[in-house]
Amino acid sequence: MSDATNLTAQIDINTIPALGKEQLLELAMGPQHPSTHGVFRMNVVLDGERVMKLKPVFGYLHRNHEKIAESETYLGSMPYTDRLDYICSITNNWAYAIAVEKLAGIEVPERAEYLRVITGELTRLQNHACLLGFLMQDMGASGTPLMYAFREREKIMDLFEGLTGARMMCNYLRFGGCRVDTPAGWMDAARKVVAEFPRFLDEYENLLVGNEILMDRTQEVGILSKELAINAGISGPMARASGVDYDIRKVDHYSIYDRFNFRIPLGERGDVYDRYMIRFLEMRESIKILEQAMRDIPDGPIVDPKTKIRGFRPKPGEAYGRIESPKGELGFYLVSDGALNPYRYRVRPPSLINLTVLEDLCIGQNVADVVVILGSIDIVLGEVDR
Amino acid sequence: MNLENIKSEIEANVPGCQLEFVLNPSPSAQHSLRLDHAHAVAVATYLRDAADLRFDFCSNVTGIDWPAKELTEKVKVKKLVDGEEKEVEEVRKTTIPGTLEVVYHLFSVEKKHGPITLRMSTKDRETEVHMPSLTPVWRSAEFQEREIFDLFGVVFDGHPDLRRLLMWPDFIDHPMRRDYVAPDDFEYEPTAHDAVLQRANQHQSEAIAKLASEAEGK
Repeated sequence: MSDATNLTAQIDINTIPALGKEQLLELAMGPQHPSTHGVFRMNVVLDGERVMKLKPVFGYLHRNHEKIAESETYLGSMPYTDRLDYICSITNNWAYAIAVEKLAGIEVPERAEYLRVITGELTRLQNHACLLGFLMQDMGASGTPLMYAFREREKIMDLFEGLTGARMMCNYLRFGGCRVDTPAGWMDAARKVVAEFPRFLDEYENLLVGNEILMDRTQEVGILSKELAINAGISGPMARASGVDYDIRKVDHYSIYDRFNFRIPLGERGDVYDRYMIRFLEMRESIKILEQAMRDIPDGPIVDPKTKIRGFRPKPGEAYGRIESPKGELGFYLVSDGALNPYRYRVRPPSLINLTVLEDLCIGQNVADVVVILGSIDIVLGEVDR
Repeated sequence: MNLENIKSEIEANVPGCQLEFVLNPSPSAQHSLRLDHAHAVAVATYLRDAADLRFDFCSNVTGIDWPAKELTEKVKVKKLVDGEEKEVEEVRKTTIPGTLEVVYHLFSVEKKHGPITLRMSTKDRETEVHMPSLTPVWRSAEFQEREIFDLFGVVFDGHPDLRRLLMWPDFIDHPMRRDYVAPDDFEYEPTAHDAVLQRANQHQSEAIAKLASEAEGK
């Protein structure tokens, strides 16, 4: 445990032996660098090509989401949560809805829970597919893999458009249920997309997994140990790639996940290759969940009729609600003082906290590997900077 | 996982620590423990390492700003009015001093339980804003405590790298505080309208008047 808390961030470049300071190069990667997935900057100190020190710089997309949400009504913040991690808007809605439901003690009807699971797992599919495409792009396989991934994402976004009216900013969940029920024929279309999805995975695996360049670039690069992953609060696929057996769907039993038969894939080495492969395996498990949910979905109301939506004032108190979002543990912490708007509204951003270990992963690697390591962490700057 | 039991267990194992049980009246029933500054790191280390607790995963760290609050209550007091004893209503004012609070949510990856909530408060909001950092215990607090330092102005003693996280280094003030006022930079609003436009016009005319008076002075 002690080595986990020993902060490598404290390396003083003046004390590195046998190196004059004049031999080191300070380089600002970003904020306008395409591989940083948005406006994110890393101040890197290089010795030749080797990374000696790396300091992430945040805040280029900061708009104080939390302050804005504190002056809104509870429901008024729901569409704004879409803009946090703009690839997975429905899971953002879900985490917020769970926090508010805990705060006010709201029950969710059965059909709505199934709809949440279906849309949430579709979101996971599109997020992981996108990530694989972006990661290949970062490694220099420009174009084709990304387009293959985007082709699949397009199908899922069409489904979201059919259900919610919006492709990316879905704003689908409500406290105690969902906003709209499925239109006629939607479920069949969704079944078709899910049934065809494994074909994409097989094709993608055949295309790239045995590729020699991919293996050279990813294996034994950016190794994250299990102890550091737990101590640094790493969550989601990134933690599981390091062998941390922790999936909130299994641990918290939130929603109806205990009804489905699925497994939690774990990595062994904790390098970029494991983080890459874990996404494949998670998508296959998501497809299992989707098939079961679409088979079992019952009829019924989609929102609890007793839930008050307008003029909603929870009793004073606080609640922390969290879900397993595609990026990791997405949590919302709310403090109510009995008014129409939350007294305190906090987002626990998995992308930001997963970046805590970025420097530890990059030190000693080549500068070109920094791009790949950052890509494997899977960040969205809308959520990092809030 | 009863918080009362955890509290007595900590009290038995960390000598001298003062814990306060904070009740949460909402249906979530997530109660919390308030730590004293002197024993915070010892209590946190115990929670992390004790074999039956193992709270090794510090998930969420955040701040809450509680400005000073004035409570007014009406009290009936007996007074002599014109030589006669009468009951008179009097308004009494009491002030609750302001404080900055930091909240930690802990889970256990090994035992798969949680959450428990820890809180700490500063003495006031202006000068005594120091608090021990728990980053040496849980590395996950590193960026989150930096964010609280940035947006709330809590200074964490023992943090390895306490800098602003989201705002730029020259920035003054702490935007997440309740009494924060945004700077008067309305001329930079690209499409000003309504109230903003009104204030911007006023701001601009004041600026022009100031320039004119300066020019006259020369």
